Amino acid sequence: MNVKVIVKRLLFFVLVVWAASTIVFFVPRLSTRNAIRERFGELARSGGFSPGDIEKLIESMNKSFGLDKPLLEQYWQYLNNIVHLDFGYSLSKYPSTVTEVIAQALPWTIGLLLVTTVLSFVIGTLLGAVSAWPRAPGWLRGIATPFILLTGVPPVIMGILLVFFIGFRLQWLPLGGAYSPGVVPTWSWPFFFDLMQHQVLPALSLILGSVGGWVLSMRGMGITIQGEDYVNYAEHKGLSAGRIFRDYYLRNALLPQVTGLALALGTVITSAVVVEGLFGLPGIGTALNLAIRANDFPVIYGIVIFITLAIALLMLILEFVYPLLDPRIRDS
Amino acid sequence: MTIVSNAAPDIVRQPSNVVLFFRYLRRNKGLAVGVLILVALTLFTVIGMFVVNPKHAYPLAAALKQPPSLKYPFGTDFFGRNLLVAMVIGMWQTALIGLLAGGIGTLVGVVLGFTSAYFGGWIDSVIRTVCQILTPIPVLLIQVVVAGSLDKRDVTIFTMAIIVAMLAWMGPTLVVRAQVMTMKERQFVSVAKLSGVSDMGIIFKEILPNLLPFIAASFVGQVFGAVFASFYLAVLGLGPLREPLLGNLIWAAQSQGAFFNGWWWWPLIPAFAMILILGALALVNMGLDELANPRVRRTE
Repeated sequence: MNVKVIVKRLLFFVLVVWAASTIVFFVPRLSTRNAIRERFGELARSGGFSPGDIEKLIESMNKSFGLDKPLLEQYWQYLNNIVHLDFGYSLSKYPSTVTEVIAQALPWTIGLLLVTTVLSFVIGTLLGAVSAWPRAPGWLRGIATPFILLTGVPPVIMGILLVFFIGFRLQWLPLGGAYSPGVVPTWSWPFFFDLMQHQVLPALSLILGSVGGWVLSMRGMGITIQGEDYVNYAEHKGLSAGRIFRDYYLRNALLPQVTGLALALGTVITSAVVVEGLFGLPGIGTALNLAIRANDFPVIYGIVIFITLAIALLMLILEFVYPLLDPRIRDS
Repeated sequence: MTIVSNAAPDIVRQPSNVVLFFRYLRRNKGLAVGVLILVALTLFTVIGMFVVNPKHAYPLAAALKQPPSLKYPFGTDFFGRNLLVAMVIGMWQTALIGLLAGGIGTLVGVVLGFTSAYFGGWIDSVIRTVCQILTPIPVLLIQVVVAGSLDKRDVTIFTMAIIVAMLAWMGPTLVVRAQVMTMKERQFVSVAKLSGVSDMGIIFKEILPNLLPFIAASFVGQVFGAVFASFYLAVLGLGPLREPLLGNLIWAAQSQGAFFNGWWWWPLIPAFAMILILGALALVNMGLDELANPRVRRTE
């Protein structure tokens, strides 16, 4: 990889984040809805402020958020803030900043996402490869079929079904939440066990909801590769089946699969966000859910930009992983 | 065709298109099952629309929190919606959003894809770059921003469809562009150009008919995406809250703690309806892919 390619990738990364930030900046300003006014309207209804005071408060808020300045100046300031990962203050959890809200929720989401994405990608890729491999035993190839049938089911619905059958009917696992009510978070084994118990259903719904996609794409690749000359050549050379499977078949099919992973990142992350909301895990998804319910616009916008940033960054990293996987890219 | 038989040649006929269609469905089982489920769902909704009273899909129309029974086959929810009626109306609305948003997305994609590929040059680079930059941005989250900035009263079935369609044209644009790129190098296009057919003539008479299977596959994909996206938005509580949209029902059930309170049928029924819709669309989509893409067909 030469310098030109790296600069191009970095530029693309910046452009993606810039585009998302710009959309998030301008779209709400096109609407007639005024977040601050709505927020103070709620306050006025619950506590006895006089309308005149409210107007003064709104004015001072507008000033402190810089909303009285010209649009372009605001936009410039906003882009500047994003570069510093500063998304302003949360309206519903004032005086916490949006960055603090995200930082608190982030470990939960990263943990869930990392485990589920890696598991479903690995399981799906292996099952897909085996299901297209003519020399695999029949029962092994059959395993893939039910997963393919699940492709159309969104993880959230998978979650509802799992909650019903495993949580509600069989009562094997809790219905939701991060840990049992009344339990105090400590660094102990019982708490850890309780925590993990609550993570099983969300993780399972994400895995079951996404494995099918990986199985399908890998199977498609596998079928194409079987007809290739180099696989026939390897067979006639008398290489062992395991060797052909690993070094000729899996290795070549893996690249498009990794590209697929880069393209699916957006879907993977949004699915996790919605599933988290469903189960009430205290991650980014629940933060977003609460922010939507509380009209906490800075948090909504902050989360959206932050997730875009994360996706663009992950894509950038994957771009640098390709050459490790594919010598053809490395050499050119 | 060579037919070795004693019968008079006028007796041997090509099977009609309908028969050919059914024969193809027998080979492409996924497509057949998908179409069958879609037809069944359409019948359910259309017959339902004539039989039921649409008012029963809205709050306070029936007894509250009734489990499924003979009177209420799907039960009723916390707000007194008859869930059977809610399914009829909800599926109708889901179909409306899907078809509308899918249609708009595909149309914009076809127009932009054609423009990009056929005229090339700087137009092509601009459209392609914009698509590439917008693709990694998680569409659902931008839709959350758009839907969130709307006044709650402005969120209707139609605004939902527009919101979903607004960011769903990049996929079809890139697909159509790639197809037109390969097609415009084919000989029949050169021949048409040499015989003086206008640009529009070539686009509409020569290239478009050949693209139809791809456009159809991309349309079904778009409908799937639109149903999916509007479902997610509604599950997050950003849908038109009064409407019995499937995602709305699940959002409401979730906010009222339906499982904790033992009202299992409330979230479960819209969930199953959604599985049927999305599953059928996914099957049709895969089936059409096979129809449009002989390469995939050969490998099966």
